[in-house]
Amino acid sequence: MHPQRKKRLHLILFLVVGVGIAVGLLAYSLSQNINLFQTPTQIAAGEVPVGQTIRAGGLVVAGSVERDSDGLGVTFKVTDGAAEVSIFYDGILPDLFREGQGIVALGKLDDKRVLQASEVLAKHDENYMPPEVQDALEQAHKDGKQAMTEKAY
Amino acid sequence: MKRVFLFIPLVAFAVLGLLFFLTIDRENKDVLPSPLVGQPFPPFEMSKLLTEEAVSTSALQGKPLLVNVWATWCPTCKAEHAFLNMLAEDGIRIVGINYKDERDKAHQWLTAYGNPYEFNVFDPEGKLGLDLGVYGAPETFLVDSSGVIRAKHVGDLNAAVWQKLEATYQGMK
Amino acid sequence: MFDLYGDTLTTAPEFGQLALILAFVVAVIQSVIPFVGVQRRDALLMSWSRPLAAAQALFLTVSLVVLGYCFVIDDFSVTYVATNSNTALPTPYKISAVWGAHEGSLLLWVTMLGLWGLAVAWFSKGLPLIMLARVIGVLGIVSAGFILFTLETSNPFARTLPSIPPEGGDLNPLLQDFGLIVHPPTLYMGYVGLSVVFAFAIAALLGGRLDAAWARWSRPWTTAAWVFLTIGIALGSWWAYYELGWGGWWFWDPVENASLMPWLVATALLHSLAVTEKRGLFKSWTVLLAIFAFSLSLLGTFLVRSGVLTSVHAFASDPERGVFILALLGLCVGGSLLIYALKAPTVASVGRYEWLSKESFLMANNLLLLVAAFAILLGTLYPLIIDFMGMGKISVGAAWFNTMFVPLSVALTLIIGVGALSRWKADQASRLKNELILAAVLALVVGGLSPFLADGSLNWQVMMGVGISVWLIAISLVDIWKKTRGNLLRFGSLSLSFQGMVLAHIGVAVSVIGVTMVANYSQEESVRMAPGDSYVMSGYRFEFVEAGHIDGPNYSSDATRFRVFDGDREIALLQPEKRRYHARGSVMTEAAIDAGLFRDVYVSMGEPLEDGAWGMRLQVKPFMRWVWLGAIFMSIGGLLAMLDKRYRQVKRASSDVQKSGEVPA
Repeated sequence: MHPQRKKRLHLILFLVVGVGIAVGLLAYSLSQNINLFQTPTQIAAGEVPVGQTIRAGGLVVAGSVERDSDGLGVTFKVTDGAAEVSIFYDGILPDLFREGQGIVALGKLDDKRVLQASEVLAKHDENYMPPEVQDALEQAHKDGKQAMTEKAY
Repeated sequence: MKRVFLFIPLVAFAVLGLLFFLTIDRENKDVLPSPLVGQPFPPFEMSKLLTEEAVSTSALQGKPLLVNVWATWCPTCKAEHAFLNMLAEDGIRIVGINYKDERDKAHQWLTAYGNPYEFNVFDPEGKLGLDLGVYGAPETFLVDSSGVIRAKHVGDLNAAVWQKLEATYQGMK
Repeated sequence: MFDLYGDTLTTAPEFGQLALILAFVVAVIQSVIPFVGVQRRDALLMSWSRPLAAAQALFLTVSLVVLGYCFVIDDFSVTYVATNSNTALPTPYKISAVWGAHEGSLLLWVTMLGLWGLAVAWFSKGLPLIMLARVIGVLGIVSAGFILFTLETSNPFARTLPSIPPEGGDLNPLLQDFGLIVHPPTLYMGYVGLSVVFAFAIAALLGGRLDAAWARWSRPWTTAAWVFLTIGIALGSWWAYYELGWGGWWFWDPVENASLMPWLVATALLHSLAVTEKRGLFKSWTVLLAIFAFSLSLLGTFLVRSGVLTSVHAFASDPERGVFILALLGLCVGGSLLIYALKAPTVASVGRYEWLSKESFLMANNLLLLVAAFAILLGTLYPLIIDFMGMGKISVGAAWFNTMFVPLSVALTLIIGVGALSRWKADQASRLKNELILAAVLALVVGGLSPFLADGSLNWQVMMGVGISVWLIAISLVDIWKKTRGNLLRFGSLSLSFQGMVLAHIGVAVSVIGVTMVANYSQEESVRMAPGDSYVMSGYRFEFVEAGHIDGPNYSSDATRFRVFDGDREIALLQPEKRRYHARGSVMTEAAIDAGLFRDVYVSMGEPLEDGAWGMRLQVKPFMRWVWLGAIFMSIGGLLAMLDKRYRQVKRASSDVQKSGEVPA
């Protein structure tokens, strides 16, 4: 083969192999590792199957935080203004976990429709609202408004 | 190699840039209309900051007013405070919501910088703030005489912002 | 009632702003005059480059120093100072508060750009004037854009008049820490340093001359920026480890990804430049990498600033700024890619090489690094794309990034040493066979035994991680052995760039061992403990001695004291804290760490529970320090390579080039 051509083949082969590996890995693992955000309304409406890993979030309902008397288990509710969902977490909550604070939890729904969280995130800024939570609140408000208008007419 | 191939990075970047541009636009929080506009002010039963008397939603009714959400931990509140004082001197009715704060600190603040508020609702847990969909202090709501929210402003109140809000305020007697 | 004109009101901020405006004016001149000089082949105009670069660096430095001064004297009439400082804040933090938020960090960014420009002007005695003029001109354009951005959307000197707050809002407690004094400036030096490499690439494209001389000029600058990036990323990881309070050291957070992507591309660029310099190959590719590296560093700035991607440490999100910076990005990246598309050589580079040659290995290295950078880019942007298409809000978990990154790193670690050992153009398998067999045997034995030595049970990941690291170290040592003809002690007499390369490669192996061990053998427990309780974990006994209260300068904290025992021997007295900062009322976890070469013991406090008990997080992390030790090796390696005397001979080399004349554009 002509050396120039051989080199070009060499290059193309490398590229094809590289891109092939990349695409293969991407396709395989993106499907496994993305976690969809679900609002409390969606969860309450039963749109979320039990046992699927999701992220859920909202504002921590005041007075809903209950700690186990032994161990580190804690149960609390989050709301998007329209519906509430209970979350159980066994571990240390982040510094900015407070009632009224927006949080996001990663976990699975159990058969009592309690989210068994493996991770609870609250951002390190007292003025910060996780964007998903903000959207969920706005959506719930909008829907609420619509429902009200419908009722009025 | 054909020169056409050399344009691939440029095209890829253009697509990415467009994606960014469209996304930023959606993220613009200031222009999001509050879902509360046009709704009655959420009902509350709380206490006043200074006198600690009970106060409820009915206290807002009677005359149009500004409801200003503030806290001593919020530097922007400090920045807008002088302007609130000026508005109060002009006879504009302002009610404060002292948000996620401590009574003593808030007391000191009002003594030090002046008190533009008719009264303050003390909301240490941020419960009322939650109902109002407050992201963070300061936020200001325009509420009409029947207790319906007419406008909302996120961020500090200053002459430029007031220019825009004043028409709404004048219009809601 | 207005406390107008308090005694702290000085004209310093105006002075700082004036300096910044002057810097902008100089930057505009700097982006015009040198190019006009080049156009007219006017040596006088071109020779303006150096004084212009110096003037710009001067004005920017003055501006930054003035901002620091405003912080030190608590000038709360300056909004930025009032928002990010406090009279009770210790002075070192007042200074680091300068870059504690958006406005100041941007000022720091442009100041560094000015200083890099000055460095280019200073160390470019051997550079042809026409090249220097173009480089300084390109830097001027970038600088003008970013100074304008600072002045227009993020002026750090803006005042809060007429009412001056008597007290400031304090620095974000997360940032009140040594790590945050040094991490951002270092990382920024890296980001901004890539602008020099970028400027060289654009200058070479404009001059139509991508040759070995260009590659040789670019190499030390690339290495310098890369060293800063390496240290900056390692510092960020170290800071997150001890300051965020949960013992993680890498989160695949968008901001971290934003720093890792330019690092990966810069690493690829370092290697590709070597090929271009030595063999005159990969020219178009190298120049594209230089553009990518700087674009990604701009993207890093953009991602943090715009609010497009929010993350743990997105400390300023503002859409207006986002649009502005997107326009800047579009101009810089779009413009340079257009120049690339129009001017990059389309003729295949001269020079041949065989399958088994250094060129092939370096190409594979580039490919792996680029695929890794691309995967991270995709993972970072994927949620954005999905959200944009209205398909819901998703997040890409750390697991995904690990799945992507680990195999690529393994492949890379496997080829690094072999590539270093092999010859340019063509090599024979028979020549390398003995060394490679020796290294492979060592790797199999040590890697194979390692999990059993660690905890006695089979662990393929550990075998693999340790195995490939041993493989790389063994090959590196063999390389030294051969170069010194069997006398390893003569390592110091080898060329600095060879020493640097070997050290950096060994650094990779050290980090891989660290990551492998931490990932596989870390122990973590969250437990409820009251004073007097003990808890045993992975051979260590944690004894909760007492709980108390500490008052700091601007915070008060609940503290606990722990004794850690290894058997009967007390190895550490740890005092984690839960701080509450007065000004913002925010709560911070201060972990207590007993660091060691082979393990870290990490204790941090969770929440107070009833009866004086606390939720405590206890961790033992083997080989944690190795992760950063590897980065230190890489940085020292980079420094050595930069200091190689080859680059100090540029004067002679480049004057040869000058004689050969420039190919008209």
